[in-house]
Amino acid sequence: MLQITCPWCGPRDAVEFHCHGEAHIARPEKPHEISDAEWGDYIFFRKNPKGVHFERWTHDAGCRRWFNAIRNTVTDAFIATYAPTDPIPEIPTDDQGDA
Amino acid sequence: MARSARLAEGGRIDRSKSVRFKFNGESYQGFKGDTLASALLANDVHLIGRSFKYHRPRGIMTAGSEEPNALVQLGEGARTEPNIRATQIEIFEGLTARSQNCWPSVGFDIGAVNSVLSRYLPAGFYYKTFMWPASLWLTYERFIRKAAGLGQAPTEPDPDRYAQHHAHCDVLIAGGGPAGLAAALAAGRSGARVILADEQNEFGGSLLSDAEAEIDGAPALAWVGAALEELRALPEVTILSRTTVTGYYDHNFLTAVERVTDHLDPDAAPPNTPRQRFWKIRAKQTVLAQGAIERPLVFAENDRPGVMLASAVAAYIQRYGVLPGREIVVFTNNDSAYATARLAARAGARVHLVDAREQPPGPLLAEMAALGVETHLGCGVVGVSGTKAIHGVDIAKLTEDEKGLAGPPLQVSADLIAMSGGWNPTVHLFSQSRGTLRYDETLASFVPDKTPQKARCAGSGNGAMMLAECLREGFEAGAAAARDAGFTVETPESPDAPALLDSPPRQIWTVPTVHPLGQGKRKHFLDHQNDVTAADVHLAAREGYLSVEHLKRYTTTGMGTDQGKTSNINALAILSEIRAADIPSVGTTTFRPPYTPAGFGAMSGQAVKDLFEPERGTPMHPWHLANGAVFEDVGDWKRPRYFPRDGEDMHAAVQRECRQVRETVGIMDASTLGKIDIQGKDSGRLLDLVYTNLFSSLKPGRIRYGLMLNEHGMIFDDGVTTCLGVNHYHMNTTTGGAARVLNWLEEWLQTEYPDWEVYCTSVTEQWAVATLSGPKARDVLLAVAPEMALDSDSFSFMTMREGVVAGIPARVFRVSFTGDLSYEINVPARYGRALWEALMAAGAPYAITPYGTESMHVLRAEKGFIIVGQDTDGSVTPRDMGMDWIVSKKKEDFIGKRSFARPDTAREGRKQLVGLLTEDPTFVLPEGAHLVSAVNPAPPMPMIGHVSSSYMSPNVGRSIALGLVKDGRNLMGRQFQVPLMSGRVETVTITEPVFFDKDGERSRG
Repeated sequence: MLQITCPWCGPRDAVEFHCHGEAHIARPEKPHEISDAEWGDYIFFRKNPKGVHFERWTHDAGCRRWFNAIRNTVTDAFIATYAPTDPIPEIPTDDQGDA
Repeated sequence: MARSARLAEGGRIDRSKSVRFKFNGESYQGFKGDTLASALLANDVHLIGRSFKYHRPRGIMTAGSEEPNALVQLGEGARTEPNIRATQIEIFEGLTARSQNCWPSVGFDIGAVNSVLSRYLPAGFYYKTFMWPASLWLTYERFIRKAAGLGQAPTEPDPDRYAQHHAHCDVLIAGGGPAGLAAALAAGRSGARVILADEQNEFGGSLLSDAEAEIDGAPALAWVGAALEELRALPEVTILSRTTVTGYYDHNFLTAVERVTDHLDPDAAPPNTPRQRFWKIRAKQTVLAQGAIERPLVFAENDRPGVMLASAVAAYIQRYGVLPGREIVVFTNNDSAYATARLAARAGARVHLVDAREQPPGPLLAEMAALGVETHLGCGVVGVSGTKAIHGVDIAKLTEDEKGLAGPPLQVSADLIAMSGGWNPTVHLFSQSRGTLRYDETLASFVPDKTPQKARCAGSGNGAMMLAECLREGFEAGAAAARDAGFTVETPESPDAPALLDSPPRQIWTVPTVHPLGQGKRKHFLDHQNDVTAADVHLAAREGYLSVEHLKRYTTTGMGTDQGKTSNINALAILSEIRAADIPSVGTTTFRPPYTPAGFGAMSGQAVKDLFEPERGTPMHPWHLANGAVFEDVGDWKRPRYFPRDGEDMHAAVQRECRQVRETVGIMDASTLGKIDIQGKDSGRLLDLVYTNLFSSLKPGRIRYGLMLNEHGMIFDDGVTTCLGVNHYHMNTTTGGAARVLNWLEEWLQTEYPDWEVYCTSVTEQWAVATLSGPKARDVLLAVAPEMALDSDSFSFMTMREGVVAGIPARVFRVSFTGDLSYEINVPARYGRALWEALMAAGAPYAITPYGTESMHVLRAEKGFIIVGQDTDGSVTPRDMGMDWIVSKKKEDFIGKRSFARPDTAREGRKQLVGLLTEDPTFVLPEGAHLVSAVNPAPPMPMIGHVSSSYMSPNVGRSIALGLVKDGRNLMGRQFQVPLMSGRVETVTITEPVFFDKDGERSRG
């Protein structure tokens, strides 16, 4: 079972969390002014990288707060977790969460 | 009575404690400290069971958890357990076990006809034979299961209790042999929290079966004793015997099964003690010291009872004081089995030693000669006489290319074969940790390479086969693990242990016999548990299964409960020979958890029966129970479905309840409806964002119905929201949607609009809700709330009033889900039952009836009110539901709005909500039934819609249904067909989806 560090509660078992897919997708400010293609991109298209991935998570069985995580999808290593309002942390060049 | 194979002295058994047990109904005697396997061997019982596919007689091959053959059905009745390895069961007084996979008895087994028919049961037999027609597969499978099968599951509830234990530690050490003990000492001395687990009843691992081993000039077991004594004195060290680390999962999460009382008579086990304990361990660091498993040799008829691993024979002699044969052939390709020959000869057996090598080390040969052991060099065992027991062994000189015999076989009299094909490091846990393996040419086996997890390997599990090396690696790994976990510790100095001879082996992966592989009667078994032979691997390769992963699935080698502990390397090696590729390039399959089978009991722990899943009941729940409610599960909630009176079935009760509500009044427990308290200066802004209609204009005391959409424009919840005061709202959600909706609100507030000031609090369980519904609802309420002004001018539809109801402070919401005059009376939860009983009493003059969810469904369907999740399925827009009226044209934006303009959402002819009336008014359509325009003789038929809700309505006086039909609103009055599973075809007419009180006067009155 993964162990995930909630920015507010600390390390907890993955059963307390849910993953909500790719992070840092802002809702368009004026949805009615963008094209169908742009809107479709917003609601449907997500990255599925092999390697470093930015994700949204919630600590449902804990503080019920949302946060972002940087996870290596190959190794499941969590490189960083941070609040939605925090700037995106820099990924240390020597820690890509590789095996 | 057969002879006793028990030696006069020696072993770690307690000869003062005699233990009686039964095997296949026969009574036998053993000693405390015996396993079932050692006790049976002591009684000269070699035939234990029948094999999985061919039903060949099988005996005991090993002395440990790697046993593929000697699987037994343990215990009787509710406590019976299949597939237990006889080599791991510690015997206790009164133990019973029997052979499995045979009928009527292990000696005479009807299924053994499969062995005669084996030419017709090749690799992939099941795939080839039982493929078509698919409808017969169920029949085939029942036959196969009965014929093959691996024991029987108990049919009665498990009488035992199991516990679960969550633990965190700095260093977890799997394996308590020399390397594991050394690692525990090094880590434990640092003060780190250490868990040391070993699957056996005693610590020491291989040393328990090696009376000659020495450490620092003293018997090795003395060192083991001192190490344990030191570890027991360390307060942070937990020592777990009879505990198998079964799984290595992500982020250093491991599971272990502790067999707490399995070695005791269950009727005499200590009270208040679980039978097994399932450990879930998060370890900062691990040291894997699982040891090594001896590799069988693949020779003709190598599965006969009496063919054992050489190390197992040594273990039976030294640890259990049992000499399992009197005429023993030791067949080896390396030095390690000479110890077995020596032990057997000294114990009084007549020993032949067959070494595949031409020139084994001189000192070993000299020792054999001195002991009177006859040696056969450059030879192999090429045949075995006897089926249920061995009585002769064919030995022949092998050709240089190892493909054939260089001379005629010589038959020697023998009753036991001790084989050694080298050693395989036990890399199962390392492999489970996603570790990669590296092929070691010297060992001719795989050793651990790299893992993404915080794990280290030590000892023979890491390829270090000499005792001194094991100790050194253990100390180093333990110290390094403690340091990486944040502790300061020096690596202890490693003690001395004499080195043994370790000259190169002659690796013969398939030992030839008198006929080519697969062309005669003699079989070379690779995977004894799954009955896979060397010829099967050749066949699979001929048929194109050349990838190791395909080979595994096609032949089933390496699958099953033993996960290829004895078979894997041999199978890979043979495949690599066929492919003329080296073993590393052929690769290896992944070992899966659990290392040895773990019972469901241990994994479930206490989460069984009533504790399996939490149940939620409302404050009125005890009243419902006392009044005979029949419940249904809605999420975790237990909701009354209907309240049958004497002799009523569900249909009768629901018809009565529905009629009573429309005639006078009914009462429903609506406490489970989701309730969210929303406060803060941006509350109205949030509601305008998540609902399709405008809420920020709602005045205090007013209620509005709303639809929530996702960004795709599809309905995902509905409910009413009330303005309680300035910037203060009370939101109702569906019962099932409560958590989802709260998360939805939080998602937008926390991730997209963190600058908005809104506080959402779940208050579902803080309020108990009784809903009065029906023309007499006002009269009932008035009787218990005399001070509330209830006339329609003072308290109109879709408003909320606070007041006192039955002496309880209450919020009363005048909304309606039945279409009749309704009041949803909310009181603090602890008054819920008092309110309910007061309303029942006040309603008595009007014959008030409690009604459940089933009647609620009928009543709302009469009105065409939708249920999200029943009449919608995530692909339905408000427009599809005919609810354009609730979608604001004024608001520039709300969630889902932009998607309305997408071509697929905006197109004509989408599935739309309509009413459906059957030609036969007494017939109730099954929900989910499909509408077609014409019935073809056979499927497929183009489907134009489906039935989403369907009931017998007492108030309309006929059956009614709602459905989603393509372009349905343009098809009013048209007729379609509904073909049913029964063969009946019902004609339906499309109507408006409102069947009762079409103007809606009753709810407003």
